[in-house]
Amino acid sequence: MRARLVGALATLLLVHGAFAIDITVLPDEKLQQRYEALTHEFRCMQCQNNTIADSPVGLASDLRRDVAEMLVAGKTDDEIRAYMVQRYGNVILFTPPFKGSAIWVWLTPLVALAGGICIAIVIVRRRGRLVATDDSDIIDESAR
Amino acid sequence: MNRFIVPVIVFLVLAGVLYIGVVHSPDKSTMVSALLGKPAPKFELPVLGGEAGQKFSSAQLAGRPWVLNVWGTWCGACRDEHPVLIEVAKQNRLPIVGLDWRDEDDAAKQWLNQLGNPYGVVLVDREGRTAIDFGVYGAPETFFVDADGRVQYRHVGAMTPDVWEREFVGRLPHAVSP
Repeated sequence: MRARLVGALATLLLVHGAFAIDITVLPDEKLQQRYEALTHEFRCMQCQNNTIADSPVGLASDLRRDVAEMLVAGKTDDEIRAYMVQRYGNVILFTPPFKGSAIWVWLTPLVALAGGICIAIVIVRRRGRLVATDDSDIIDESAR
Repeated sequence: MNRFIVPVIVFLVLAGVLYIGVVHSPDKSTMVSALLGKPAPKFELPVLGGEAGQKFSSAQLAGRPWVLNVWGTWCGACRDEHPVLIEVAKQNRLPIVGLDWRDEDDAAKQWLNQLGNPYGVVLVDREGRTAIDFGVYGAPETFFVDADGRVQYRHVGAMTPDVWEREFVGRLPHAVSP
């Protein structure tokens, strides 16, 4: 029973490997690591919510080929990012840059959080003041 | 009254931010080309049905406005727009260059024989390199390049007579009805 389960799991693992979308192998380990990191940074423009690393469509495989070729040609990661953005715009980056209009993607949550904290402080202070007034009223009352 | 002002303002600001987000979301049909106003990518590609080794270079288009239509026989919407292209090509206002993207030559030739050929020239981009240079992310896509060689407009999806008149013919200098 147990052996059968292990066998089934092993088969699943093998099958999983057989369905891997990207089988590109670059000539050296460092390039391979950069290749894998970069292909996970770029959006598959046809399918929107996949990276080019895990999309089976033709355009994604063409873009992976371009990344591999540029790496082998000695381009830096930034040059490869610039190549993609020049053609497809910032949309192709899953991590938008911290500049230009894309900066609001980063700042909006911080601004919202700061606003929420301000509102919370105002409300807490106002309530505190109300209680204090009530207290003085009570004291005034008892002093009579 | 006073106690409602802050929540209402917060609501409006939040609604505004979300509205901008929704309007600018990367919708497939409205994505604006990153190339607008920039020089069209250069290319040198084999001509479909041309003699062996015959190439067509973007330099041959310099000095006049032209249209690039990206298509493929595997693309359903390309079949939908084909009659429109045939129709507008008859007006002879703008040369249409076809980019046969990630396709088979024989299938493409058969397609043009069956459905007609609206293109001045059809270029073969089997590896999809020129398509990537143009930032193409689906077919069909149609680009307007002005006489200075700059990309001025990109239409994503099937061409319609309206879009052709407004966004393509309308961008010609001294656009007058024929």
